[in-house]
Amino acid sequence: MSARRSVLAALFAGLAMVTSAASAIAAETRVAVAANFTEPAKEIAARFEAKTGHKATLSFGSSGQFFAQIANGAPFEVFLSADTERPQKAETDGLAMPGTRFTYATGRLVLWSKTPGLVDGRGAVLTKGAFQKIAIADPKAAPYGLAAVETMGKLGVYDRLSPKLVTGASITQTYQFIDTGAAELGFVALSQVVNHKEGSRWMVPASNHTPIEQQAVLLKTGADNAAAKAFLAFMKGPEAKAIIRRYGYEVR
Amino acid sequence: MADVLWLTVKLAGVTTVVLLVLATPLAWWLARSHAWWKEIIGAVVALPIVLPPTVLGFYLLLALGPNSPLMIPFQAVGVRTLAFTFEGLVIGSVIYSLPFAVQPIRNAFQAIGARPFEVAATLRASPLDAFFSVAVPLARPGFLVAAILTFAHTIGEFGVVLMLGGGIPGETEVLSIEIYKLVEALEWDKAHQLAGLLLAFAFAVMLSLMLIERRTGRLRP
Amino acid sequence: MSEKSGVIEATFKGRLGDFVLDVAIRTPAAGVTVLFGPSGCGKTTVLRCLAGLERLSGRLLVAGDVWQDAERFLPAHRRPVGYVFQEASLLAHLSVSRNLFFGFRRVQGARPVDLDQVVALLGLEPLLERGVSRLSGGERQRVAIGRALLSQPRLLLMDEPLASLDGERKAEVLPYLDRLHSELAIPIIYVTHDPVEAARLGDRMIRLIDGRAGDAFDLRQGATDSHLAARFGEIGPDAMLSELRGAGIPDELARLTISALETGLPPWPRVERSPRN
Repeated sequence: MSARRSVLAALFAGLAMVTSAASAIAAETRVAVAANFTEPAKEIAARFEAKTGHKATLSFGSSGQFFAQIANGAPFEVFLSADTERPQKAETDGLAMPGTRFTYATGRLVLWSKTPGLVDGRGAVLTKGAFQKIAIADPKAAPYGLAAVETMGKLGVYDRLSPKLVTGASITQTYQFIDTGAAELGFVALSQVVNHKEGSRWMVPASNHTPIEQQAVLLKTGADNAAAKAFLAFMKGPEAKAIIRRYGYEVR
Repeated sequence: MADVLWLTVKLAGVTTVVLLVLATPLAWWLARSHAWWKEIIGAVVALPIVLPPTVLGFYLLLALGPNSPLMIPFQAVGVRTLAFTFEGLVIGSVIYSLPFAVQPIRNAFQAIGARPFEVAATLRASPLDAFFSVAVPLARPGFLVAAILTFAHTIGEFGVVLMLGGGIPGETEVLSIEIYKLVEALEWDKAHQLAGLLLAFAFAVMLSLMLIERRTGRLRP
Repeated sequence: MSEKSGVIEATFKGRLGDFVLDVAIRTPAAGVTVLFGPSGCGKTTVLRCLAGLERLSGRLLVAGDVWQDAERFLPAHRRPVGYVFQEASLLAHLSVSRNLFFGFRRVQGARPVDLDQVVALLGLEPLLERGVSRLSGGERQRVAIGRALLSQPRLLLMDEPLASLDGERKAEVLPYLDRLHSELAIPIIYVTHDPVEAARLGDRMIRLIDGRAGDAFDLRQGATDSHLAARFGEIGPDAMLSELRGAGIPDELARLTISALETGLPPWPRVERSPRN
């Protein structure tokens, strides 16, 4: 009788250990990811899970949308924004944990076309203007759009080109306009075309626009989530940085 | 802001008129035909209801883009693509609201039944004559519902315009997109104002349409 | 009087759903021909084929004009035919006068039947200003008849026009039908299952059973026999029936005669008949 009881006790103890270990190992966190960072984020999350056993569930969308949702109680725990403005606002509005905000990547702007030979290596196509439509992201909503406008201003072609401008509501949409040929060329994030062999492009020198700093922050909802904190730590680590660079972003 | 409102109203108005003209013969055929494949067409007409508007918008972007075979006749006269144009939006809106126009008109035609047309035939009215002198007047409530639904549906249209519009001031920048952009840019107060304006306007339009119908309906013999 | 009246010859053969029609009809294009029979025997179908509302294979010749044969089929809106449906079927979106003029306006050429004549004939004067929805059943039917007349028909088809009316309304409309028939030269084909109507309004009768038509009986056969009413009063209906049968009068004609006598309606001729027929 007592032998059986002790076996049972051992079994229960073992079970408890396993489940608590499992819960310590297999925590989950929800991450809101800016659309332009989609591909690198997926790779990072996969490596993260392989390395730590934690699962990062990613949602992709526009930073503005995410902010609105977070401000209204959406259950995201980590926010990877496309800019600095929204994470800053999250902090000032008390939605984020202070001291957790950092720049996880700096974006590169690219003038890209699906047509080979249209865009030259120095962006002279902008002054020549041999096209009907040029796509940018909405400057009010996406930092890449703002950077595009700044670049055109710096080159002195903005006024001439503004009748030909087509604005995408997000950088993804901007890419779609160019990819389908509806706009012959446009300004997109390097990460979107880094692996494309076809087409033609001009890597816009960073001096032409305000740096596109993309910041991440731990939200209040994730304050006690080990996986959330681990994810952000992983983002700062060498493995994640290598992935980020591979997609054309700069990381310090 | 006034431009955006005017463009939105213009889009809804033009779409409504175009759609009433296009939907009527289609609804007539669906109401009267005995072809075995009639309901297949009916289902195709109803598709825009189930398709997510962004999906619809995406396919329209492809169909109206420069690589589409549909654009070949346009390219012959120098038009590269209908995406990012008001005309392109009208096409998109017409397809988006097609079932909302066809269904009420079809129902109204069906509700007439066969007898009034037999009466008209025995009174020397040819089928075309009977269409205008009997079918259309008797189906008036259906036309009104179709017009109201199309107009309202287009005012609120977002997904299709998002994919096809490109935010061009004066051409494709409509109220719904503007509100979305304001939310994106964290200008929530302006977004509230614009949304309120949109609601108030749409409500006023629909209310007046319903009141007009009540009044003219009562004047009938 | 008019030698031109000619003949109506119609053969229709075909199937509508479960129903099979196979009729051959020949009747003068003058006066009132009654199509008589129980419900479901095909009389409405025949009428619709005459109007061109139904298309079965066959042939239709009306006073010298071919309306249908193997090569041709004149569509309904091209036939100079007037049709009165069982339920008046006035066009709801039009006023009474617009209903009346619907066919009239569409007739090319001469329009001998005019509004005044029709209004007088059918007592439509007080109805002209009314809305269609404010008419009683009988009034509606009179408007429907007037409307059909104003479309200048060369043949008037009436499908049980009194069937949807109650006794009072029927009695209201019947005298107008009498007058129609005596004052206009338009041949009428009148469908009914009511022997009283048949007896009162018809000049001849064609019986339909299960989609087949019998010969035309001259309903005025008994007109020459002035003893009828007296005899009827003497011996009563059953004996009268066997007497008539014995006299070689066809069965339904005999029954019709009895019904007419029973209802107290004068045996034919009921109304002063001008020798137009």
